[in-house]
Amino acid sequence: MDNIHIKVSVNHRTYERDVDSRCTLGDFLRHDLGLTGTHYGCEHGVCGACTVLLDTKSVRSCLLLAVQANGKKITTVEGLAHKDGTLSVLQQAFTECHALQCGFCTPGMLTTLTELLAENPSPTEAQVKSAISGNLCRCTGYQPIVDATILAASRLRGPLSPSPQ
Amino acid sequence: MKPAPFKYHSPTSVEEAIQLLGELDNPKLLAGGQSLMPMMNFRFMMPTHVIDLNQIQALSGIELRGETLYIGAMTRQHDIHTSSLIKIAAPIIAEAYDMVSHRQIRNRGTLGGSLCHLDPSSEQPCFISVLDGSIDVVGPNGPRSIKMGEWTSMYMTPAMSEQEVMIGVHFSPWPKGHGWAFLEYSRRHGDYAIVGVAVLVTLNEKREITQLAISICGISYAPCRLSNAELKLLGMKADHNATTIAAQCIDAIEDIMEDAHNSSDYRRHLAKIYTQRALELAFHRANNADHGQHTH
Repeated sequence: MDNIHIKVSVNHRTYERDVDSRCTLGDFLRHDLGLTGTHYGCEHGVCGACTVLLDTKSVRSCLLLAVQANGKKITTVEGLAHKDGTLSVLQQAFTECHALQCGFCTPGMLTTLTELLAENPSPTEAQVKSAISGNLCRCTGYQPIVDATILAASRLRGPLSPSPQ
Repeated sequence: MKPAPFKYHSPTSVEEAIQLLGELDNPKLLAGGQSLMPMMNFRFMMPTHVIDLNQIQALSGIELRGETLYIGAMTRQHDIHTSSLIKIAAPIIAEAYDMVSHRQIRNRGTLGGSLCHLDPSSEQPCFISVLDGSIDVVGPNGPRSIKMGEWTSMYMTPAMSEQEVMIGVHFSPWPKGHGWAFLEYSRRHGDYAIVGVAVLVTLNEKREITQLAISICGISYAPCRLSNAELKLLGMKADHNATTIAAQCIDAIEDIMEDAHNSSDYRRHLAKIYTQRALELAFHRANNADHGQHTH
């Protein structure tokens, strides 16, 4: 064992732990911190279910070592809703548009699309599809996810902003 | 936990990384980790020591040094893809990155990591090849530059010693008004290309070809420059006849690689079609006032 002491902020809460150097960030979140919202599918960077935000960037938590997150800010799906439990605008749009069924891909979809909406408040349908091209969903056929994102973007822009389409 | 046990090292300078490489047994350099980490998760790779380059700030950055554009080895693919300097100086790179994997991978993946991993179907060695780039490495005997044409020593193996660290890439941008195109065929958006073609061209006012570079990925273990077509087309009109002649040059390539899904004949067929299409697009963009329309 090669134990290394790390200090990480996850969803605005600071955690200090000793981790084995070979522990991936996803395993650290799920097993060490008990944050099981981040899902593990393929564990080699293909399915996108384990996507979290590292500082503000979407990354695969199965391809990052926990030690590499030392000193960084992580946002997982558990950190997207407001403190009082009300859903984020994107999460709310997901429920209204039926953008999830089994829910396995949802944490990766939500974190990835949260990043997209932060950098592009008016994404086109093509841009949304491109953003989630690295996230596999076997239930929805993707279209409800795209619809939910467009709806969330319009709500975030406010009532007076024109739609990009 | 999927990777086999290893000891983790996180140097903050290139000198420190070189020293660790020299001292440790069975080490592996970790760049963006988007290829190495899957291989470690599968235990195809079981290094005893992992030397993480992510804390070495000096390895990241994009800058013009005189007439030369320099990209640090650890510069994230996302940062190159969205760089305004790259869009102006080498729009072919921005175009190619539209097709490189997915945003989560580009957020973490690095140009240097891809050039050292050297997947034969990767777009990144191909655009460095068409730009006549050189790769800067440094080891115990000091720094040296390796031309992209000499960078691949064998299948997925760069021509640097195990004691050396890649520090960056440099190339001379093509003149203003040049035409460019990077086109590829892949099964899904973001997959590695089955075949990809990169073209750079300059035309004179009579629309004759004055400078041309063509590089193809996915047909050989290294990006393949179509040198005979580059020579034959010089001075010719940028038209359908020229693209046909270029495609014919692909018939002369021996030993096109194949795998269970894509035969050598199929890859040759794709290479011919995509070379023609990429040339047409590059011709169209050359000296074209609205050629800055990089759509993504």
